[in-house]
Amino acid sequence: MMAESGSLLSIGAISICYVQEGRASKNPFTLTISAERGVIGGRSLPVDIATHLRHGAGVHQGTEHDRAAILAAYRATRRRRGMILLGMVVLGIAAFLLDISTGPSPLRLWDVLLGLFQPDQLSAPEQTIIRQVRLPYALMALLVGAALSLAGAEMQTILNNPLASPFTLGVSSAASFGAALAIVSGISLPFVPADWMVPLNAFVAAFASVLLLEALARSRAAGMEGVVLFGIALVFTFNALVALLQFVASQEALSQLVFWTMGSLGRSTWGGLATLAVVLAVVLPFSWRAADAMTALRLGEDRARSFGIDVRRLRLFSLLRISALAATAVAFVGTIGFIGLVGPHIARMLLGEDHRFLLPASLLTGAVIMALASVLSKVLVPGVLLPVGIVTSMIGVPVFLLLILKKPNRA
Amino acid sequence: MPDTLEIDGLGAAYGGKPVIDGLSLAPFVPGSVTSLIGPNAAGKTTLLRALAGLHPAKGAVRLGGRDLLALPLADHARYVTYMPQSLPQRVALSVLEGVAGALRASPVEGPALSDAALMGRALEVIELVGIGHKALEGLDHLSGGQRQLASLAQALARSPRVLLLDEPISALDLYYQLRVMKLVQRLARERGMMVIMVLHDLAIAARWSDRVVVLAEGRVMADGPPAEAISAEVLAQVYKVRGRVEQDGADLRIAIDDILP
Repeated sequence: MMAESGSLLSIGAISICYVQEGRASKNPFTLTISAERGVIGGRSLPVDIATHLRHGAGVHQGTEHDRAAILAAYRATRRRRGMILLGMVVLGIAAFLLDISTGPSPLRLWDVLLGLFQPDQLSAPEQTIIRQVRLPYALMALLVGAALSLAGAEMQTILNNPLASPFTLGVSSAASFGAALAIVSGISLPFVPADWMVPLNAFVAAFASVLLLEALARSRAAGMEGVVLFGIALVFTFNALVALLQFVASQEALSQLVFWTMGSLGRSTWGGLATLAVVLAVVLPFSWRAADAMTALRLGEDRARSFGIDVRRLRLFSLLRISALAATAVAFVGTIGFIGLVGPHIARMLLGEDHRFLLPASLLTGAVIMALASVLSKVLVPGVLLPVGIVTSMIGVPVFLLLILKKPNRA
Repeated sequence: MPDTLEIDGLGAAYGGKPVIDGLSLAPFVPGSVTSLIGPNAAGKTTLLRALAGLHPAKGAVRLGGRDLLALPLADHARYVTYMPQSLPQRVALSVLEGVAGALRASPVEGPALSDAALMGRALEVIELVGIGHKALEGLDHLSGGQRQLASLAQALARSPRVLLLDEPISALDLYYQLRVMKLVQRLARERGMMVIMVLHDLAIAARWSDRVVVLAEGRVMADGPPAEAISAEVLAQVYKVRGRVEQDGADLRIAIDDILP
């Protein structure tokens, strides 16, 4: 039996619920609603039972029929979630194509497709624009969005904080500082290629910052607000340190540093893309394997541990993944804000907190938002290419404020 | 001979200060319901958390031949489940997803569950605790009492040998308090489960337990059937109240008159 969103599901004679995104709504139903919406299962309710349920009382002895109906409704929810994920993939592809087609010389969608799959049919300049200029740019938007949003989703779960994201809690700033330090000092390590020093340093700084955050989140002294305030302190500290490095940097290093702080897709290279793709490919299976443990952690730390989850280990490995994702993204495009905050929240609103759905949905939402932000960065001021970090902040800041002003229900 | 739970020389500290030290108890037998009572800060929660493997402890906790304290958490969790005192967070998971999450977190005893069997088992327990009609409702939309029932369902679903409940009825109305007590007692008998629960209501502890352990300042003050463990002397000594305890057939009547000066 299928129960669509917005339908009234009658389960046997006693249990009944109004199905809304896989969870029954808290709104008490009435017979009026049932008459308007119709009743799945073809049975209407006696008035006394409806009244009884409306008052939230009653003994509910589940029958086989009840159970089958509830499980069917749950399966329908799962199918719907699958469809939403599929819709996000389609949306991501559409945003990606739109991203390639927009720019100083607009291209038709058909030409974009030709450019991707049969480049011989286009003129040489069009081929160059699509394959050399816009393709790496658009792919980088998708990958950076996916990486930051997945990192944000994991961070919000393991720190149990809806305001956590690599950007808001200073991980991106730390990565920027690590990268800046490598650029300005020109440090190198034996056996590490010079090209890798910047991302590596970004990673080390990012990991150090998440370790600090985790230690604070675990200490009983700091509540949820404490972690957020500490994260904000990290943002200011690392920004000040980056400014200090800018002050002492050579002219050449300075121009590179400015790029980090702006957050721009402008320097996307195939090498950077490959690195980020590899990091995502390595991280994803581990994230996926941790999904059930993360869902259990949402029930509370003691509960999760009592259900057999080694929470310390879960946190540690998740922090490693977050550092790798955030640091690699920052290393190639600079600090891009709020994707890691907004992506997971949209995903959570659409699909709930079963992490088997939340994690892939966060990844996809981040990719879509980032691709659309990239499009906006090209069309907002005609003829001018805004750094994409400015656009994501313009989208992200109102959402951030909404989250702060909204009474948190995940305390 | 079924496996019993033995606690021998158990010690646990909090912030460097020992809360329980060298605590030993007579074996707990399968199918029994034990209430752990005592004043605030007596070490009841620390004892339960230590038994659950959540609090560092020394000494020995044995289930049959297994030394539970030496087991990794995932193995420990096959046999023991702890329901914390705090209510589950208000998260965007339905009651059903929460209970299924408790089952998916790590393997439970017995053969591996298929997804369908796992969901069926989750729903069955949700109905047993009396919130079958809320199975698809989000934990962020439930009242405190309903969330406590959801929490109990999560613990019961794992069907452990040892079930540790920390104030399982503190947020429940009278009807559900009794419903939960009856259910816990029935499941203990049917599944051969050992239930150890912290309770503050002495009348409920006396009515629904086979055994009562009175704890104060980390020490066992009394241990035995309710009629033996709960007495006017214990009330005065442990709770600093003046009360009367009378046996009335199978029931134990407890009346508290005043606090002691």
